Amino acid sequence: MAKIGVFVCHCGENIASMVDTANLVAEISEHPGVEICTEYKYFCSEPGQETVKRAIREHNLTGVVVAACSPRMHEQTFRKACAEAGLNPYMLELANIREQCSWVHTEKDEATEKAIEITRSLIEKVKRNNALFPISVPVTRRAMVIGGGIAGIQAALDIANAGREVVLVEREPSIGGHMSQISETFPTLDCSQCILTPRMVETVQHPNITVMTYSEVEEVDGYIGNFTVKVRRKARYVRMETCTGCGDCIQKCPVKKIPSEFECGLGNRSAIYTPFAQAVPNVPVIDRSRCLYFKNGKCAICKKTCQIDSIDFDQQDTIETIEVGAIVVATGFQVQNTSLYGEYGYGRYKDVITGLHFERLASASGPTAGKIRRPSDGKEPETVVFIQCAGSRDVSKGVRYCSKICCMYTAKHAMLYSHKVHDGDTKIFYMDIRAAGKGYDEFTRRAIEEDHAGYVRGRVSKIFEENGKLIVRGVDMLLGRPVEVAADMVVLATAMVPQPDAKDFAKIIGIGYDEYGFFNEAHLKLRPVETATAGIYLAGACQSPKDIPDSVSQASAAAAKILGLFSREHLEREPVIATVSDSTCAGCWGCVTACPYNAIDHRDINDRNGNLIKRVASVNPGLCQGCGTCVSFCRSNSIDLAGFTEKQIFAEVMAL
Amino acid sequence: MSEPFEPKIVAFVCTYCTYAGADLAGTSRMKYASNVRMVRLPCTGRISPMFILKALQKGADGVLVSGCHPGDCHFAQGNYHARRRWTVFRALLAFTGIPEQRIRFSWISAAEGAKFADLINTLTEDIRKLGPFDQYHELQKVIETQATY
Repeated sequence: MAKIGVFVCHCGENIASMVDTANLVAEISEHPGVEICTEYKYFCSEPGQETVKRAIREHNLTGVVVAACSPRMHEQTFRKACAEAGLNPYMLELANIREQCSWVHTEKDEATEKAIEITRSLIEKVKRNNALFPISVPVTRRAMVIGGGIAGIQAALDIANAGREVVLVEREPSIGGHMSQISETFPTLDCSQCILTPRMVETVQHPNITVMTYSEVEEVDGYIGNFTVKVRRKARYVRMETCTGCGDCIQKCPVKKIPSEFECGLGNRSAIYTPFAQAVPNVPVIDRSRCLYFKNGKCAICKKTCQIDSIDFDQQDTIETIEVGAIVVATGFQVQNTSLYGEYGYGRYKDVITGLHFERLASASGPTAGKIRRPSDGKEPETVVFIQCAGSRDVSKGVRYCSKICCMYTAKHAMLYSHKVHDGDTKIFYMDIRAAGKGYDEFTRRAIEEDHAGYVRGRVSKIFEENGKLIVRGVDMLLGRPVEVAADMVVLATAMVPQPDAKDFAKIIGIGYDEYGFFNEAHLKLRPVETATAGIYLAGACQSPKDIPDSVSQASAAAAKILGLFSREHLEREPVIATVSDSTCAGCWGCVTACPYNAIDHRDINDRNGNLIKRVASVNPGLCQGCGTCVSFCRSNSIDLAGFTEKQIFAEVMAL
Repeated sequence: MSEPFEPKIVAFVCTYCTYAGADLAGTSRMKYASNVRMVRLPCTGRISPMFILKALQKGADGVLVSGCHPGDCHFAQGNYHARRRWTVFRALLAFTGIPEQRIRFSWISAAEGAKFADLINTLTEDIRKLGPFDQYHELQKVIETQATY
C-alpha cells in the first residue's frame, strides 16, 4: 500500500502569492494514498529538508512528492534528503508549481487548480516508481590513442604522465603526423621539427606508452570502460627488436626513384625506407609493391647488407587484441586535392604547388635543404603568388567551411620566402584575412609591414604559362580592376579535408561524422571533446580544421576527460536506462535500429542443455543513455525505461 | 454558453529543451494561459502515440508534443524518431477521425521561453476555437449502448 508524503513549498511568496497552498494541501490530503501533506515556507532549506526526512521516517513513506520548483532546480537536493532518510532517491518526484505555474499565471484560482492537477498526476506517477540503484561499470584503466600526430602524441603523453597506460596506434611507419612535415610554425616561427621531435622521442621512450606504428585499427567492440580493439600490425619486413636504425640498407637499396610521400613527391625515397630522417621509431619498412625481392625474388641486397640480420622477408601481418577503457581518436586530416581547379593548372604546371609542398621547400631538412627552389627547373623564384581559399569557402567547387589555418600559413610562407629570397616579390590573393588567435593578427600585420607581403583582395580566375612564366589573372576588388601577375611559382592554400577513409573508420569505431567526414562531437559547445559514444574522445583536425595550439589543447582536454574516467575502478551511471522483458520480446530488432547509441544487442536464451530457446534484445547498461526512443518503438511493448515507465506515464496522464 | 470554453491541453515534452524552455518562461515571469499540463519525459523519442491517444481519451481537448530542434537533440537522434513517428501517426489520426489540428508538434529549445509562452497562448486559442473534443466521448457512448461485437 502506497504511503505518499506530499510537501507543498511556498518558496517564500513565489508560490504562495499565486497558489492557494492551504486549498492545495486540503485537496491533496484527500487524494488516495497520500499519508501526509504539509506546507512550509522553504522546503529546500535545512529545516525544510529535515521535515521531509522526519516524515519519511515517522510515516514509513513509500514515495515523496515535493510541490515546489522545477526538478531541474532541486531534484538532486531532495533525492539526497530521501536517501539520507533511508528512502530510495528515485522514489521522489517534484511537482513544478513555480516555474510552470505560479510564475506564469495571473489568476489565483486557475493557478491553484493547475497546481492541484500537477501534484495529483505526480502522486500517481510516484506510486508506480521503482527503487533504482546506480549502475556500476568496471573500467579498464588503459587508453588507446589512434593517430600519432601532434594531437595523439599530446594526449598519449598527458595520460601516460598521469600514470596510466596508453597504446598509441599510428598507421604510418613513424609518428609525427603532418606537423613533422612543416618547416616553421606560426606565429612564433619556431622550427616545427625542433619542438616536435623531442615529444616524439619522449613518447616512444615513455614507460607507460606502447607505440604501435605501421598499424591500423580494424575492429572496435565494447563500451565505455570496456573496449576490445583489434589492431593490425602490418609487416615491416624489418625486425623492430633488433634493428639499430643504422640506415645501411637504405643506402644500398637499388630502387631509389620512388616519389616520397613525406616530401609530397618533391623528393625521392628507396624501396626500404624511413619516411624522414628523424622518424620515430627509426626502423625502416620495406615497400612491398616496389621492392625487387618481392617483385621477382632477386636482389635482397638489404638483407645482405644488414650486419645484424634484421631483414625478414617472411614477416606477416599480425592482429593484436587490446583491452582499453577509453579511446582518443586523433586521426588528423588531409590536404584537399586541387585538381578540381583546372583553371589553376595544378598537376599541369609543375610550379603550381600546395602549401604543404611549400613547407617542404622551406624546411631545412627538405629536398632543397631549405632553399626556395621551384620544382620545374630548380630556379629561385623571383615572384611568388599565393592563392588563399583554394578550395575553402567555395560553395560551387570546394568545401563550404573555412579551413582556419590558411590565412596564417600563407602569411608565414610569404615571410619565410622574403627571409630567404631578399629581393623576391609576393602577391597574396585573399578573400578575408582571418587571423583570430593569440599573436595571430600581429603576425599577419608583420608579414605586411616588415616583410612586404603584397596582399591583393580578390580571386584568381586563371593561370596559364607564357614564356616560362605563370601568368596569374585575377581581380583586385578594392581597386575594382583586373590584375595580371607574371609569377615564377604559385602556391595554393588548399582546404583541410578529412582523411579519405574517415567515414569508414567512423563506422568501425562507432562514432558520427558530418557531411564532410569530420567526426562529430557530442555537443559542439559544451562537449566538444567527447563523441556521442561514451568513452570515445576526439582530438585535433579529425573533428574540424585546427591549428597546432588548438589540436594540442583539445588533446589535453581529451586526456583530462579520460583521467577523470580512470580516477575510479568503477564507473557510476544514472540508472535511468531501458530494460527488456525477455518473455515478450519477439526479436524484431526494431529497437536496435532506433537506438542512437548502438546500446542494444542480440542475446541468446538457452535451455540448460545449451539449446537455443529464443533470441531477444538486450540493453547494454554501459552504453544506454536513457532516451527511451526504443521504448516507443517497440511493437510488443517489451522494453521499458526505468524512471519513465509506461505505467508511470499513463498514470500521470490519467490523473490530469 | 456564456462563459468561454476553457480547453484542457496535455503537453508531452522533453526535459532537455522544451521543459527547460518552459522553466525559462517562468524565471523570466512571462505570462501565458493556464490550460496546459506538462508531462516531462527524457526525450521526444520516448513519446509513444499511445500517450497522445490516452490523453485525448481522458478528456484532453488538445495535445502538444515538443522537443529539441532538429540537430540539437540531447540524445542525438531522438527527435528525428519523434518526427518520423508523427508523420506516420498523422495518417492514423485521419483514419480515427481525430482532427489533426488538436495535436501540435513543435520544436522549442531551452532558450526559447518567449516562444513557449507564445505557443501556449496561440495553441490554447486555436483549441478554444475548435471547441471541446467530444467526438470520442460520444462515440464511446454509442459503443457502450449499441456495440454487439
